[in-house]
Amino acid sequence: MTPPPTLSCQQVVELVSDYLDGALDPSTATLVEEHLAQCPGCATYLEQMRQTIGLLGAVREDQLSEATRTGLMAAFRDLRPPRP
Amino acid sequence: MVGRLLAGDQGAFAEVVSAYSPLMLHVARGFVSTRASAEDVVQEAWLGVCRGLDGFQGRSSLRTWVLAITRNVGRRRGVADARELAWSQIDDDGDGTVDPARFRGPADPWCGGWTEAGAPVPWSPEQLALDGEALALVTSYLRELPERQRTVVTLRDVDGLDVGQVCEILGISAGNQRVLLHRGRARLRGLLEDYYNRGEVRR
Repeated sequence: MTPPPTLSCQQVVELVSDYLDGALDPSTATLVEEHLAQCPGCATYLEQMRQTIGLLGAVREDQLSEATRTGLMAAFRDLRPPRP
Repeated sequence: MVGRLLAGDQGAFAEVVSAYSPLMLHVARGFVSTRASAEDVVQEAWLGVCRGLDGFQGRSSLRTWVLAITRNVGRRRGVADARELAWSQIDDDGDGTVDPARFRGPADPWCGGWTEAGAPVPWSPEQLALDGEALALVTSYLRELPERQRTVVTLRDVDGLDVGQVCEILGISAGNQRVLLHRGRARLRGLLEDYYNRGEVRR
C-alpha cells in the first residue's frame, strides 16, 4: 500500500488556482504535482479549473451603448477638429 | 495611433473606443456599483483622454494611460457616490471552496480525500463546446459573483491582464488578488459542475 499523499484533496483544491498561476512556492508546487499524479479526482478538478478559465477567456460582452458612443464621437470632433 | 488621434482622425478614435471600452467598463465596475455608473465613468474617461492627448508623453502605452485615467475617474466617482467597494476587505470567510461533505472525515484514514460520490466527474467535450451553452452559462454565472471576485476574475481571465496590472489598477495586494481570483474561479467551476451534474444525487 502506498503511503497517503502529503497534501489532502481538500487542501489541494484550495491551491489549484495559485498553482495554475505559478503563484505557489516551488516546494508546495511539487507537493501539488505529486498529489495530482496519483489522484484522478484532483486531476479532474484541475482540468475543470483550466476549462473554466478557458471559457472565461472566450466571454465577450460589454460594449458602450450606441448613444454613449455617438456622443463620444461628437465630443471628439469638437475637442480635436481634424488637422491637415 | 497617438499621432492619428492628435491629428483629429475620427476613424482612429472610433477604433480605440471599440478596442478599449470593454476593458474600461470592467475596470470602472471595480469602483462603482452599477453598469450605468460604469458607462458614465468610461464616457468621462474618454473625454479626459481627448483633452489630455497633447500632454500624453508616450512614456506608457496608450492602453495603460487610458486605463489609469479610467481608474482615477472611477475612484473619484466611487467616493462621490459613497459606493466605493472596500477593497481592503477580502471575501475570505476562511471556509473551503468545495463542500466539505465531499471529503472524508477525521475518522477515515484518508481524511481530507474525496469520497467516492464526492470526486469530480470529468466534463464531456460536448458540454464544453464554445458554440453550445457553456459560454452563455459562464457569462451569466460571472455576473452573479460577489463584486470584488467578479472584477478580479474578469480583469484576469476575461481581459487577460496580469497580476501586477490588476493590483495596480484596483490598489490591492497580490495576496488579496490571489484570494479573490481563487474564490471566484472555484465558485464558477462549482456552478458549472452543479449544472452539468444536476439531477444526480451527491452523497
